[in-house]
Amino acid sequence: MKILVPVKRVVDFNVKIRVKSDNSGVDLANVKMSVNPFDEIAIEEAVRLKESGKATEIIAVSIGPEKAQEQLRTAMAIGADRGILVQTDDEVEPLAVAKILKALVDKESPDLVIMGKQAIDDDSNQTGQMLAALLGWAQGTFASKLEIADGSVKVTREIDGGLETLALKTPAIITTDLRLNEPRYAKLPDIMKAKKKELETMSSGDLGVDTAKRLETLKVAEPAQRSGGIIVASVDELIDKLKNEAKVIS
Amino acid sequence: MSILVLAEHDNTGLKSSTLNTITAAKEIDGDVHVLVCGSGCDSVAQAASKVDGVSKVLKCDAPEHEHPLAENIAPVIVDLAPNYSHILAPATTFGKNIMPRAAALLDTQQISEIIAVDAPDTFQRPIYAGNAIATVKSSDAIKLITVRGTTFDAANAEGGSASIEDVSGKGDSGLSSFDSAELSKSERPELTAAKIVVSGGRGVGSAENFAIIEKLADKLGAAVGASRAAVDAGYVPNDYQVGQTGKVVAPDLYIAIGISGAIQHLAGMKDSKVIVAINKDEEAPIFSVADYGLVADLFDAVPELEGKL
Ligand SMILES: Cc1cc2nc3c(=O)[nH]c(=O)nc-3n(C[C@H](O)[C@H](O)[C@H](O)COP(=O)(O)OP(=O)(O)OC[C@H]3O[C@@H](n4cnc5c(N)ncnc54)[C@H](O)[C@@H]3O)c2cc1C
Repeated sequence: MKILVPVKRVVDFNVKIRVKSDNSGVDLANVKMSVNPFDEIAIEEAVRLKESGKATEIIAVSIGPEKAQEQLRTAMAIGADRGILVQTDDEVEPLAVAKILKALVDKESPDLVIMGKQAIDDDSNQTGQMLAALLGWAQGTFASKLEIADGSVKVTREIDGGLETLALKTPAIITTDLRLNEPRYAKLPDIMKAKKKELETMSSGDLGVDTAKRLETLKVAEPAQRSGGIIVASVDELIDKLKNEAKVIS
Repeated sequence: MSILVLAEHDNTGLKSSTLNTITAAKEIDGDVHVLVCGSGCDSVAQAASKVDGVSKVLKCDAPEHEHPLAENIAPVIVDLAPNYSHILAPATTFGKNIMPRAAALLDTQQISEIIAVDAPDTFQRPIYAGNAIATVKSSDAIKLITVRGTTFDAANAEGGSASIEDVSGKGDSGLSSFDSAELSKSERPELTAAKIVVSGGRGVGSAENFAIIEKLADKLGAAVGASRAAVDAGYVPNDYQVGQTGKVVAPDLYIAIGISGAIQHLAGMKDSKVIVAINKDEEAPIFSVADYGLVADLFDAVPELEGKL
């Protein structure tokens, strides 16, 4: 079984971003960049499937700037066999990302695509579902557990009411939620080995995909800030404030 | 111009998220229709027809819609799409799962989780865990949108008298099927609609200790939430998670107990009206968003609070 894992280069989850003063976007100069955390979970899952003998090859794909090579190397250090970078300096919207991934799926014929449920920069939560639609495949979104069988996969999904398990025909798209696994830290020898793995670079044009944007960002602004509150000295004072000042309890 | 809202329901009643989404549709301005895809879902269609501002309900009652599978619902949306300028769904796990599939089939770039309508083609949405708000203008012919419930009031469930029309299903895709579900059962109010939410974090320490959070919540008639760390550690089920990648809540009162206040958690609760933080570390970032902070050991403060209310 062949698995394709898309990985996005995003601002590290620990960084508190700043909005540019001209409201044109978010200031990304000299900010730490990482693999989108949900994509790391996707790579880890693929690697575990390979370790348990269910998968044979893992291909990591990134769509982004030249520097996204770093994130592909991270994916390969965790255990992906090779990487593909579809290089672009433009912002690529989820629909266009899905179209690029479809072109790569057509080329590579994986049995499973495991990807993050959302990227923590644009928080769209769309790409996996869109790729499933374009391929006419089943989708198992927000997965917290996978059980692979012959020609099918059982996916347990984190939904608003609890958990739901679906049976999907393969090939299929899986998007990961936080509880699917805990990704390992790549060890130094694996990081060294990853440097020698194959990394192919191409452009979206090579794949014949139109990435013209459909959404124009008119403005990026700071959210409303909360004004600072007070520290109360005791439980009694807290109850008094909630009853008589905030009036949220009676 | 007509706007279609995809209803979230359980084949018996409408979920409140649908009512918030209808309000967003009304703000876009147009004739609001509601699509109910379900099985034996007549009572849902009836309920939708009574919602204030809805002019037509489309009922797709078919066995393949007993469980809301994206593979079966997206084609129904695609079929109806030519009649609409906008198609909206709640930004819940239901809407997030289905809408992008329909959007891709329609070659449309979805606009996720809007928090404001500026114009029929221009919307505001949070990015970077809500640390920035983007205003985006869509050039697509049909706009597919998911709606964050907390920023739009629920439409009045009474007052409307829409007609109900049957639409036929597209059959079972054969791609996916429902196997089983483990749904959380609770007498407490629903987390995203509750007026008061009491949430516990890693500081609570164990599943057993979470009882003190629940006791306080019950005293207040509140819903119970949690941080990711509390869910990961198995103190509570996944559907309690509040945050960037969990549920977004905006109650009148949010009480964060033993939660440090990571940006991913704040993303899910910082629009609450009044925030209380109880944490033994006075440097915890949660205090920077709290209206009332209490620096204390939660094992002393929470039982005391519960006892004195
Ligand atoms: C991709 C991604 C997505 C994420 N999504 C979410 C999300 O949706 N929601 C979310 O919540 N997090 C999310 N996180 C995790 C987030 O970054 C934090 O790790 C998490 O919120 C921390 O949870 P916590 O505050 O309970 O734990 P901690 O940060 O460990 O804080 C525990 C707090 O408890 C206090 N405490 C301990 N003992 C006591 C005591 N006896 N009395 C009083 N106070 C005490 C401590 O002082 C501390 O402040 C996400 C992270 C990533 C990478």
